[in-house]
Amino acid sequence: MFELLGISPPALFGQLLLGLINGAFYAMLSLGLAVIFGLLNVINFTHGAQYMMGAFGAWMLLNYAGIPFWGALILSPIVVAAIGMVIERTLLRRLYHLDHLYGLLLTFGLALIIEGLFRRQYGASGLPYNNPLPGGTNLGFMFLPNYRGFIVVASLVVCFATWFVIERTKLGSYLRAATEKPDLVQAFGIDVPRMITLTYGFGVGLAALAGVLAAPAYQVSPTMGSNLIIVVFAVVVIGGMGSIMGAIVTGFGLGVVEGLTKVFYPEASSTVIFVIMAIVLMVKPAGLFGTAK
Amino acid sequence: MADALLSVSDLHGHYGESHVLHGMTFEVKAGEVVTLLGRNGAGKTTTMRAIMGLLQKRAGSIRYEGKETVALAPNQIARLGIAYCPEERGIFASLNVRENLLLPPVVKPGGLSLDEVHALFPRLEERRYSQGTKLSGGEQQMLAIARILRTGAKLLLLDEPTEGLAPVIVQHIGAIIRTLKTKGFTVLLVEQNFHFASTVADRHYVVEHGRVVDMVENDKIAENAARLETLLGV
Repeated sequence: MFELLGISPPALFGQLLLGLINGAFYAMLSLGLAVIFGLLNVINFTHGAQYMMGAFGAWMLLNYAGIPFWGALILSPIVVAAIGMVIERTLLRRLYHLDHLYGLLLTFGLALIIEGLFRRQYGASGLPYNNPLPGGTNLGFMFLPNYRGFIVVASLVVCFATWFVIERTKLGSYLRAATEKPDLVQAFGIDVPRMITLTYGFGVGLAALAGVLAAPAYQVSPTMGSNLIIVVFAVVVIGGMGSIMGAIVTGFGLGVVEGLTKVFYPEASSTVIFVIMAIVLMVKPAGLFGTAK
Repeated sequence: MADALLSVSDLHGHYGESHVLHGMTFEVKAGEVVTLLGRNGAGKTTTMRAIMGLLQKRAGSIRYEGKETVALAPNQIARLGIAYCPEERGIFASLNVRENLLLPPVVKPGGLSLDEVHALFPRLEERRYSQGTKLSGGEQQMLAIARILRTGAKLLLLDEPTEGLAPVIVQHIGAIIRTLKTKGFTVLLVEQNFHFASTVADRHYVVEHGRVVDMVENDKIAENAARLETLLGV
C-alpha cells in the first residue's frame, strides 16, 4: 500500500516521529501559555525566551557545575521558574488592571532583552549538548532513537499530569475558580496573588522543562525559542486560549499534521499550521476547544 | 459597642471616581440577623463588598470581633471568619456542584459538616456531579449559601438571596436563614424585599445615598410601616 503511494514506510514513520516530537514541544509550551493566560490574562511572549533559558540552564549546569542531564531536568526548570516568579512580582503584577496589550508588550520586550543578552554572551551559532540516551530500538517498521522516544513519553506524562492536577484535584479547582472569578475566590480566604505568582512560575517552569528536553535534540542557541514560539502561538489560537486539554491535543495533533505534510507535500510543511489557523479562525474564532469569553 | 460582632463606622467607599459610601455607620451583634434595606443604588452591595475588602478604595472603620479590618486583603478578612454570598451568586461554571460546595477553605473550627449541609439542602447532594451553572436559579442560590456554611465563618454576608426567585423558593430561603440563626450564625442581609426581610430579621437599617438614615427593630415594623414605605419607595 505504501509503495502505491510512492512512500517508503521508514520515511513515513520517521516523519511521524519527528512530528510527534515537535508536537511534544508544542503541547508543553502551549499548555504553559494556556495556564498563564487563564489566570493572569497575560499573553506571555517571554515564553520562547524562557524555553531557551531552560536549555541554556542545562548547558550551563553541565559545563560550569558538572551536573548531568538528569539533574538539569529538575534543576533548570526550578531556577527559570524562580526567575519568572520574580518577573511576575516586580513587573507583570503592575499590569493586570490594564489591557492585554500592555502585558504582551512587556513580555515581548523582556524576550528581546533576554535573547540579546544570551546572544552577546554565547553567540548566535548554537552550542552542542550530548545525547544522554544514545542508541535506539528497532521496532520492525522503523528505527526509534531512544532519546526521541523519551521526549514523547516525558512530554505526554507531564501534559497529562498537569491536566489531571488542574481538572481533577482540589488544588486545580482553586485554579479553575480563580480563573473565572479571582475576587470571589480571594474573598473565600485564598491568597490569590500568591497563587498567581506560583501559576506563572509553573507555566514558565514547563517552558524551561521543554527547553531542557530540547537541548540534546536540537542545538542550544539563543534564537531557539523565538523560532518555535510563533508556531506555538498558532497552536494556541487553533486550540483555543485557556483550554488545558485543547492545548495538549492541538499541540500533538498539529505536530503530526506537520510531519505528515513533510511526507506528502513538503513544500507546505512550514505553512500548514498557519493555513489551519486561518481556517479555524474563520469557522470557530474562539478555537477548537475554546469558549468565547 | 463591646458586644458588637461587626461594627462599621464612618465608612466611605469609591467605585473608580464615584464616591458611593458616605459614612455608613451600623453594627451587628453576635447571633443577630440584620438587614440593610434600601433602594437600588443606595450603596448596600457596595457596603458588603467594602466589608469583604473587595472595594479598592475604602476609608473609615470596620471592626470584626474588635479587630480593625479596613486595611486587610479579602483573603485575610475571610480568615477572620466572615463569609460572603454575592448578589450574582458567584457559582463557578468550570466546577461541578460538589467542587463548588467544597471550594471555600475551612477557616475556623465549628462550621457545619458536609452531612449537615446536605441535610439542609438535599437537592445539592442529588445534583453533586452537575456543572455548577447548570442548576436552576434557586438551586444556585442554595449552593451559594450552602458552600459558606462549612467554613467555620460566624458572620454571613448574604446579598439579596431572594432576587429573581419564585415565592416558594423565597420561603424556603427564609426558613434556611431562620435555621442558621438557631445554629448560632450571625447574618447581615441585603434586601430590597422588605416583606421578606421582616420574616427573618431582628433589626433593619435603612440605607440611602451611601449612609444609614434609619434603624427599625423588627417588632416595631408595623408602627413604622408608613415611614419605611416612603423611604424604600415600595
